[in-house]
Amino acid sequence: MESKTHINVRNLNVFYEEHQALKDITLDIPDKKITAIIGPSGCGKTTLLKSLNRLIDLTEGVKVSGSVFVDGENIFNPGVEVTHIRKKMGLLSQRPCPLPMSIFDNVAFGPRIHGIKDKKELQNIVEHYLKETSLWDDVKDRLHTSASKLSIGQQQRLCLSRCLAVEPEIILGDEPTSALDPQSSLRIENRFRVLKDNYTIVIVTHILRQAKRLADYIVLLYCGELIEHGPAQEFFENPKEKLTKEYISGVIS
Amino acid sequence: MGLRNIELRKLEEIIFKILMIVATVIITGSLAFIIVIIIVKGLPAMKLSMITQLPKGGFYIGKEGGILNAIAGSLMVAGGATLLSIIISIPVVLYINIYRKKRSRLANLTRFSFDVLWGVPSIVYGAFGFTVMLAFGIKASLLGGIIAIGFLELPIMSRAVDEVVRMVPSELKEATYSLGATKLETSYKVIVRQTFSGIVTATLIAFGRGIGDAAAVIFTAGYSDYIPDSLSQPAATLPLAIFFQMGTPFPEVQERAYASAFILTLIILVISITSRIIAVKITKHTIK
Ligand SMILES: Nc1ncnc2c1ncn2[C@@H]1O[C@H](COP(=O)(O)OP(=O)(O)OP(=O)(O)O)[C@@H](O)[C@H]1O
Ligand SMILES: [Mg+2]
Repeated sequence: MESKTHINVRNLNVFYEEHQALKDITLDIPDKKITAIIGPSGCGKTTLLKSLNRLIDLTEGVKVSGSVFVDGENIFNPGVEVTHIRKKMGLLSQRPCPLPMSIFDNVAFGPRIHGIKDKKELQNIVEHYLKETSLWDDVKDRLHTSASKLSIGQQQRLCLSRCLAVEPEIILGDEPTSALDPQSSLRIENRFRVLKDNYTIVIVTHILRQAKRLADYIVLLYCGELIEHGPAQEFFENPKEKLTKEYISGVIS
Repeated sequence: MGLRNIELRKLEEIIFKILMIVATVIITGSLAFIIVIIIVKGLPAMKLSMITQLPKGGFYIGKEGGILNAIAGSLMVAGGATLLSIIISIPVVLYINIYRKKRSRLANLTRFSFDVLWGVPSIVYGAFGFTVMLAFGIKASLLGGIIAIGFLELPIMSRAVDEVVRMVPSELKEATYSLGATKLETSYKVIVRQTFSGIVTATLIAFGRGIGDAAAVIFTAGYSDYIPDSLSQPAATLPLAIFFQMGTPFPEVQERAYASAFILTLIILVISITSRIIAVKITKHTIK
């Protein structure tokens, strides 16, 4: 059948207590493309995203059935070691969340826990990934001051640097630009366009226009169900489902 | 009717405002009152020798000497006990918050235990410590005092730390986990850092509570006119010094009880103020 990609979701169901947040989702996320998960508020976008790196585990009273394969391994198998799965996937949250330490230590945190001790090497890594998000020039003179002193837009770029420093294959973003000013949002979006050559990117967004201008592949959820998914152009120009048409034209939101 | 209603509500507002002011005055006033009483009554006995000398012969009938033994003993007992309670409470709190679901049965049971332990009178900790010591053949000593006071401080410390660890935003944990950190790394490299000022405050509160307690040390730490130089020697403590000095028939010695009380209060005051300053200062890297 279809060629195997990095992430394959198969018959995924997620329950919060009695409430079913995702209903039988089956989906292949294309490699080295930007996939946007869209849909109205409460439809399960965050739930789907968090299922991909098993952050969903942290939620109280959650039950999951079905599977998510990452590089062929079902991450919901009992006995799977979650840290190496999470290492493969960087996460950008809605509100940037720097760690309670200096700018330098934020970026160096991942490499350090994964075993890099050499000072010079860490310095190079930090510099490289801060340049990658064009934050370096803003912060190179105050690397050892607290990360929480940065502006929100800078913090989000720092979080992106921090996640890239772990050398993930996949980047997940839960409305990563919604807390940012338009210019900072644009910077992150532009960064994504460059990064997609090397990374598989999955973002949640509720802004249709953002999905249109940024995404190569669209996934529409509605009330926990997967309504339609496909390449962006086809999805917007030639939607198959009635619900998709209504959603694109703004009849439902 | 509308007008009456408004006047009634105004009256209500005034009455409650007065009640609140009275309550505030009672709190701050009683602190001031306690300090004034111990200063006034202890003033005649407040000499430098009180804090620099051990009791000399005839101390308990009003002759030479000071209470250095009790000051040093109290600092040792409370210091050791606070260390003990940190060593136990931080892993417990991290375990129930990070390793278990926050609202799991085990977490709730543990929190319930903190609450019950908090309410246990300190004399019971003394008796408990005494029983344990008998079983292990330990005599009344610095070690005994540290264990008894340590258990007294444990619920105070644990509840205070639990409070701050529970407040850690879940995004912060998600951010750390998504970098591939284990629970242990998340706990010690991120959660402890994030809550550090809260942990320091909890430590100082527990220390203050431990150093002021008399009932838990009465059987366990014993009393001595000297500064203990090992864990197995008995240690004097300030609350017991006050108790003994107050119990003598000599007015000069009773004055010393007030002077000792002043010293103890001063230590606790310094600790409270320090903890407030630290709580403000250490929040440098903390994420809100
Ligand atoms: N921890 C939880 N406990 C119970 N129900 C939850 C929990 N988290 C989410 N839900 C419910 O699951 C459904 C899907 O939530 P989810 O957060 O995935 O939606 P979303 O599409 O990301 O919404 P939004 O656009 O508002 O962020 C919602 O109905 C929500 O109320
Ligand atoms: Mg969401």
